Amino acid sequence: MARMTMIEAVRSAMDVSMARDENVVVFGEDVGYFGGVFRCTQGLQAKYGKTRCFDAPISESGIVGTAIGMAAYGLKPCVEIQFADYMYPAYDQITQEAARIRYRSNGDFTCPIVLRMPTGGGIFGGQTHSQSPEALFTHVCGLKVIVPSNPYDAKGLLIAAIEDPDPVMFLEPKRLYNGPFDGHHERPVIPWSRHELGDVPEGHFTIPIGKAEVRRQGTAVTVIAYGTMVHVALTAAEETGIDAEVIDLRSLLPLDLETIVQSVKKTGRCVVVHEATLTSGFGAEVAALVQEHCFFHLESPVLRVTGWDTPYPHAQEWDYFPGPLRVGRALAEVMEA
Amino acid sequence: MNEHAHLSLHVPEPAVRPGGQPDFSNVKNARAGAVPRPDVDAAPETIRDLAYSIIRVLNRDGEAVGPWAGLLTDQDLLTGLRNMMKLRAFDARMLMAQRQGKTSFYMQHLGEEAVSCAFRKALEKGDMNFPTYRQAGLLIADDYPMVEMMNQIFSNESDPLRGRQLPIMYSSKEHGFFTISGNLATQYVQAVGWAMASAIKNDTRIAAAWIGDGSTAESDFHSALVFASTYKAPVILNIVNNQWAISTFQGIARGGSGTFAARGLGFGIPALRVDGNDYLAVYAVARWAAERARRNLGPTLIEYVTYRVGAHSTSDDPSAYRPKTESEAWPLGDPVLRLKKHLILRGSWSEERHTQAEAEIMDEVIQAQKQAEGHGTLHAGGRPSVRDIFEGVYAEMPSHIRRQRQKAGY
Ligand SMILES: Cc1ncc(C[n+]2csc(CCOP(=O)(O)OP(=O)(O)O)c2C)c(N)n1
Repeated sequence: MARMTMIEAVRSAMDVSMARDENVVVFGEDVGYFGGVFRCTQGLQAKYGKTRCFDAPISESGIVGTAIGMAAYGLKPCVEIQFADYMYPAYDQITQEAARIRYRSNGDFTCPIVLRMPTGGGIFGGQTHSQSPEALFTHVCGLKVIVPSNPYDAKGLLIAAIEDPDPVMFLEPKRLYNGPFDGHHERPVIPWSRHELGDVPEGHFTIPIGKAEVRRQGTAVTVIAYGTMVHVALTAAEETGIDAEVIDLRSLLPLDLETIVQSVKKTGRCVVVHEATLTSGFGAEVAALVQEHCFFHLESPVLRVTGWDTPYPHAQEWDYFPGPLRVGRALAEVMEA
Repeated sequence: MNEHAHLSLHVPEPAVRPGGQPDFSNVKNARAGAVPRPDVDAAPETIRDLAYSIIRVLNRDGEAVGPWAGLLTDQDLLTGLRNMMKLRAFDARMLMAQRQGKTSFYMQHLGEEAVSCAFRKALEKGDMNFPTYRQAGLLIADDYPMVEMMNQIFSNESDPLRGRQLPIMYSSKEHGFFTISGNLATQYVQAVGWAMASAIKNDTRIAAAWIGDGSTAESDFHSALVFASTYKAPVILNIVNNQWAISTFQGIARGGSGTFAARGLGFGIPALRVDGNDYLAVYAVARWAAERARRNLGPTLIEYVTYRVGAHSTSDDPSAYRPKTESEAWPLGDPVLRLKKHLILRGSWSEERHTQAEAEIMDEVIQAQKQAEGHGTLHAGGRPSVRDIFEGVYAEMPSHIRRQRQKAGY
């Protein structure tokens, strides 16, 4: 085991995968010589050579399109989109090509690619460095969508994603890259080195895609979250003293419905938290599933705590970011109902 | 007061519209044999002229002339002729089948047969095409069974794609034919990625990308050129300029000057224009490009100057946007007739044998159709199971799709 930040864990996952399988290639804007703007790929080019880790032109559709072609050849490309906000030029290649190649060719061709992209706000990134586009992927059949919340999961899930035979969107909450974050922006970030999930095996291990994790046992209400919001939800539970059970989804597609249903049937209440905008966000899907599967166990309506239905504002970032205060209010509200 | 003249928008228009006299004065009909054949390692900047001329081998009299001639044997050419005739017969029958309601849609190749049939001959087993929808000749010339193509067109119980794809959107890894997308140009950049992968693995296989003149306006075309030139990918970048993108004439994607081939020049990619109705010229140029790719010299861009004689698809009526007689005025002739004439001139073919071959081929196509129809057509007979809807979205079926399959009763 070694102490790792999420950046180091992500890098270690690629390192381990590249060492084990010479078909794994890593490319994207600035990822080669420099090691990526967040340095996730630092050292990989030096170690594996520049035909296995290289810089790409600033052309997201080109990056994803060539990755699809490489996958059709038999490679396993793990590419970086510099920020999730910049995947839109590649959206066609992602949703209508990568996602469907297996289906439309009846397995004649497959598309085992991983698209890593930093997501979410809380870094004063403004509108074009803060988005959480997960719902734009979960609406697409043929993709898998992962959002890790800690270094341990990030490494195990990324290795699993690289080994997965289908295209995987790997959304990395950039606010968690250097440490867990409880949503109080005025508080210093606690480094991952002091967190149990910052203790990560150095070698190969995987975490199955499609399995959620209960981060906190509780009996009063189920909080369903992923990424940065897992930490916010945990903080809200501590601060309100409400005995919340916190589920970290880890994988949004496929979704671990069983863990959700089991928990909500036990607690009878449910709050879904995400950073992305409210309307048609992933929380809507979770809320619908909960009412479909747990209706007779519910003691109050399912609530959602999310970003507002506006672009991510720069100056008012902390009024946009769903913090423990807003989550706490929702917890109180479902307890009163 | 502003002293500048008022601006006005330029919207390109084709030379003529329905009712007018066809005009192909824009097709600079270079003399066959006139364009030089550079060495494959020629520096791109020394052969810029090739992006503006038209490489032709067969002249008006049916002779093969010039530096691009002499690469194929009689036997090769007879096979080539047969492939083109087969594709034409296949098209005729499938067009009819669509009109009879046996399938929903069809796209024919009439006039463009030489492009894909001759190109396939320049590739080797293991190379990969990333085609668009008018390159079925790649499959025919590689002896992919016609009955399989028809099963796909009829979406019947033997459809290799289980009824999931629009007719003619074939897929065959075995035959170097990447699964076709309905979204234009996406495959162009994928081909470059496949070629890059082959180079990364120090393999010997090369890739070919396919696009129409209209679709070169898509950003993926330009992304592909960036990646191909940056990494010197072993890929042949094909542009089939058949003059029309549905009802839109080629000038809308190209503008009023230059050629589609010339788009490669800014990227330092050798770019050649070739007579797309000349089987020998297409083969010669494709082989030149394939050799460049195989010798690790990087990509080549080829523009095939041809004409779509038929409708864009079974949903299109070309008389609404171009003169009815336009195809007859096309200066580069008919690829099948031109090769036939050449072979007769060489003494290895005759009118009688041609007529006989036509009958044999039609019979072969009819037999294949009977066999395919035995497995069903779109609205009659066997079709893929509803279960097939749910299979193959992922390598392993996730539980939410399994629940939906059960709900559907399967
Ligand atoms: C992204 C996209 N936009 C539009 C279409 C609809 N469409 C299908 S074929 C076509 C014309 C293509 O023309 P061209 O590239 O010249 O090829 P051709 O049909 O002439 O061979 C259009 C607009 C599509 N399939 N995909």
